[in-house]
Amino acid sequence: MITIQKHDFDVAHEYQNLLQENTTGGVVIFSGLVRDFSEHHDHLTIQHYPNMTESVLEKIEAEAQQRWPLLETRIIHRVGKLSVNDQIVFVGVSSAHRKAAFSACEYMIDILKTQAPFWKKEGDEWVEAKDSDNDVADTWLKK
Amino acid sequence: MDNEINILYFASLAESLGRDDEKFELQTPSIISSLQLKEQLATRGPEWKILLAPSTRCSVNLVISSDDTEIKPGDEVAFFPPVTGG
Repeated sequence: MITIQKHDFDVAHEYQNLLQENTTGGVVIFSGLVRDFSEHHDHLTIQHYPNMTESVLEKIEAEAQQRWPLLETRIIHRVGKLSVNDQIVFVGVSSAHRKAAFSACEYMIDILKTQAPFWKKEGDEWVEAKDSDNDVADTWLKK
Repeated sequence: MDNEINILYFASLAESLGRDDEKFELQTPSIISSLQLKEQLATRGPEWKILLAPSTRCSVNLVISSDDTEIKPGDEVAFFPPVTGG
């Protein structure tokens, strides 16, 4: 399931939702936070392209489900104004086995970072995309 | 009016072009490629040349397009810089 929202999310609650009775062998979750990025600004703003964002995230989930034997997948991404230490993004995966869960979680956040139409603005400066993020995503796409 | 497409601009691109969206009338023939649209818009002035930059992304109906993707009346086209979410 995917959600784009302004409000915060509760990792413990999301973790519980990933559990499937008797079949879950492992859960891997990633949460991304706003770190202290500048002496001059203490907030960032996240803009997105509504509709396309949902469409891209749904494709990322579907592709992960194709590549690995997963039980549940969850993506939450916040938009709007965020402060240092705020949670930005949540990716959670449950599976019968840990390896599939680790790989799928990493895949989903790596592809999200390079394909989902979100843009971060630190204070009044738009953040530049990183080549290193593209390299990581390309590695997955070649597999 | 029947030949209109909707164009959206996001993030730094919207700021440098001074707009978030616009209605755009396609000339006849009313089906053009993504590259042709970019070239038409780029004639508006120097700041519009950014649409032709390799780093500028273009989507047609919510899917990332290539230069030969067809655009027809009623389509939603968007231009934006490389994404930085997550």
